Amino acid sequence: MTIAEALHTIRDRWYVAIPVAVVVGGVLIPLAYLLLRALRAEPGTLWDLVVRWRTVRLLGNTVGLTVGVLVGTSLLAVPLAWLTTRTALPGRQVLTLLGVLPLAVPGYVMAYALLATTGEYGTLAQTLGLVVPRLSGYTGALIALSLSTFPYLFLNLRTAFQGLDPALEESAQALGHTRWQVFVQIVLPQLRPAFLAGGLLIALHVLGDFGVVSLMRYDTFSYALYIQYAASYDRIYAACLALMLLILTGAILVLEARLLRGLLYHRTESGAARSATQHRLGSWRWAGYAFALGVAGLSVVLPAGTVGYWMADSAAMGMPWTGLGTALWDSVRASAPAAVLAALLALPVAYLGVRHGSSWTRGVERIAYLGYATPPLAFALALIVFSLGAVPFAYQTLGLLVMAYALHFMAEAVGPVRSALYQAPPHLEEAARSLGRSPLGAFLSVTFPLVRRGLLVSMAFVFLSAMKELPLTFLLAPVGFETLALNTWSYAEEAMFGQAAPYALTIMFVSALFVGVLLLRERTGRRAASAQT
Amino acid sequence: MSNPILSVQDLTKRFSPDAPPVVHDVSFDVEDGEIFAILGPSGCGKTTTLRCIAGFERVSGGSVSLRGERLSGPGVHVSPERRKIGIVFQNYALFPHLTVLDNVAFGLNEGTVADQRDRAREALEMVGLGGFEDRQPQHLSGGQQQRVALARTLAPAPDLILLDEPFSNLDALLRQETRQEVRELLKSKGMSAVFVTHNQEEALSFADRLAVMRGGQIDQIGAPEDVYYRPRTLFVAQFLGRTNLLLSQAAGSEADTPLGTVGLNRDAKGTVLVSMRPEHLALEAPDASGGTRATVVGRSFKGHDITYRVCCHGNEYLVHTDNRHLYEPGDTVVVRPLEPAVVLESRSTPAEVPSGATPEPEPEE
Repeated sequence: MTIAEALHTIRDRWYVAIPVAVVVGGVLIPLAYLLLRALRAEPGTLWDLVVRWRTVRLLGNTVGLTVGVLVGTSLLAVPLAWLTTRTALPGRQVLTLLGVLPLAVPGYVMAYALLATTGEYGTLAQTLGLVVPRLSGYTGALIALSLSTFPYLFLNLRTAFQGLDPALEESAQALGHTRWQVFVQIVLPQLRPAFLAGGLLIALHVLGDFGVVSLMRYDTFSYALYIQYAASYDRIYAACLALMLLILTGAILVLEARLLRGLLYHRTESGAARSATQHRLGSWRWAGYAFALGVAGLSVVLPAGTVGYWMADSAAMGMPWTGLGTALWDSVRASAPAAVLAALLALPVAYLGVRHGSSWTRGVERIAYLGYATPPLAFALALIVFSLGAVPFAYQTLGLLVMAYALHFMAEAVGPVRSALYQAPPHLEEAARSLGRSPLGAFLSVTFPLVRRGLLVSMAFVFLSAMKELPLTFLLAPVGFETLALNTWSYAEEAMFGQAAPYALTIMFVSALFVGVLLLRERTGRRAASAQT
Repeated sequence: MSNPILSVQDLTKRFSPDAPPVVHDVSFDVEDGEIFAILGPSGCGKTTTLRCIAGFERVSGGSVSLRGERLSGPGVHVSPERRKIGIVFQNYALFPHLTVLDNVAFGLNEGTVADQRDRAREALEMVGLGGFEDRQPQHLSGGQQQRVALARTLAPAPDLILLDEPFSNLDALLRQETRQEVRELLKSKGMSAVFVTHNQEEALSFADRLAVMRGGQIDQIGAPEDVYYRPRTLFVAQFLGRTNLLLSQAAGSEADTPLGTVGLNRDAKGTVLVSMRPEHLALEAPDASGGTRATVVGRSFKGHDITYRVCCHGNEYLVHTDNRHLYEPGDTVVVRPLEPAVVLESRSTPAEVPSGATPEPEPEE
């Protein structure tokens, strides 16, 4: 490429410079700053902080919890995905909804529900006189995280099950394999990409989780970071912990990319795929129902019921209407600007990826996921250290929190804009150009009206996600700022289950809206796809 | 070629510096009021050429000029919106969020809004779609959408319009009729147009002149009859319908071919490949004196005429005749050339190509 051509390319693609600059400036620079700060300490001190048994224990606990949750979510998601796609079980649609609904229960609400159910003062003891030991530590964190994150795997597996070519299974059966052999030898290997995609989301979730491990008091990197921050704030050690967490996250991303390489299975034949034959379960269907309803009972009914039970308690004490109003307003005034900002950042990135797909634009597109993959506690700490050191006027401002939300949730905003852009093919803009519009004029008069709906969906996703966000809010909220999530968590942390209930209920309502948008989008997406064929 | 409206000189386009050019040294002129076709198989660079003329692609070499004004060239790139060149896309690219009238008025910037709407209405009347102003484009049939696209392109009165595979999204029945209508419309407006197509029949019937393109280069430019009856290369001969190829020994104005001695359209010497269209051969009963004997191996009756497959020295040839005489498979006949054979300057060595009828061109969509 000549210099002139390179200049033309840059001039034609100027619009991505803005989000790239914002993301690099907002995520990478604070992280680099954090690294520099940690390296400025005495090498001896640094060595003592990092190389010790506690680090090994934290690493063991964090990895152990991640692996445990991956196994736990698989045990829940695989049977449920299979039941809802490959069997003729009546009521499959309802079961599918039950598999998605747990997304309306954030991890810390689930942890709160488990804590408020078990133990001497728990719901079980109070209503049935049944005293089970209070859940905490590894078991508690494992159960809470598995129940609240398995839908990520469930959704990925469902799509994969539906995309399998039935001819492969039929061939294997014709070659004399039993149903079980076919499942293990043909179906499971083809589900690997879906396992990796869903598993990555869950692993990132576990690594970034703060609410569950802090409520369950389980010693992971995140929990140690929180202790450092809350109790004895040792900046250097906190920075070291954050960096180790970042390295662990990076390692998992690399591992995932390694495993995924060469794993993209495609149907080799052309033409439309037949839909798979659906197994009849016979009397086994009762086992199917029992499993699905059991999962739904634990992941949806239990938290909803628990919160409902403690609401009565709260109502008896007098509903904290003012507190609820303040918290709702604080949540909204941080989440709404973040939603707009994230959608505006996502638009040029998605535009570049859709219109000029190439290896380097895919690289640019990945930056949207940078903020998402960075564990929120580490990200928030980096922002604090950076803002204190470099831009003190931004420290503990609403603006910084909004920025952090937008960068963290930008990845959620890219998807809807991207699919909307596919509805506005490049020829439309070219036609507008040949009819006398400037590049920007063509975009605004033709493409923008067509992606407006997608932008609104993006904003809805980011808004609702930010409403229930905890770790970023916990570290970055301005003094006296109390969101719904912060209130739920801090009351639950002090075992004040009654006081936590109204906030938890509001959070669940907001999250249910999120699930609603998600399902609506999936349905319209499917309709658009079927209308095109 | 005194004063062409569009002049393309040595146009070259590469998408990356190391990649081979997609369009290589393409030159042609379009006269005022002329309909010019670029015909070629998919991937030959014809659409890229069109996009370079429209200004959507920057040229890597050569130039594009409109009415003598340089639009693309070394250091020059006039942006598409300032070229006064309209384009009709294969999928029409109608704006789905605008009504038919707003679509057509989109390119009109001069005068009041009322003026613009009046002009858009006129353009719609012109394509026979008066009364459709308030419809949404996606509720129209394919043919109607195409006419809206045409009206939208013509409304701002561009100097030149470009059409990218304009008829390929229409079904076969509608295609021929629409083609005729569009041609009459363009001619009545005195519009100059460049269109690209992979359909040889479309190019032959729609264009005043055409260029046959392959592998990024133009093989031949000429009037449809010229290119059809006097193909310059093997590719052109094959791409514009079926023909008979004869590996021959030329000696001046005549050549010794597998079908006997045949006159040539131009002098040649040594081994040459010549082309003979099926309609330039005739069959006679073998009692006639002399001539090359062949055996009829098949025939397809098409009502107004018949195509015979005949076998001669182990190769099959096609003969397209009227139906005054009927021969049965197995009959011995004499093959008689009616016109001089066309000497091909092939890019490949003639020895590689066997004599005989060319295969049916592969259908392309």
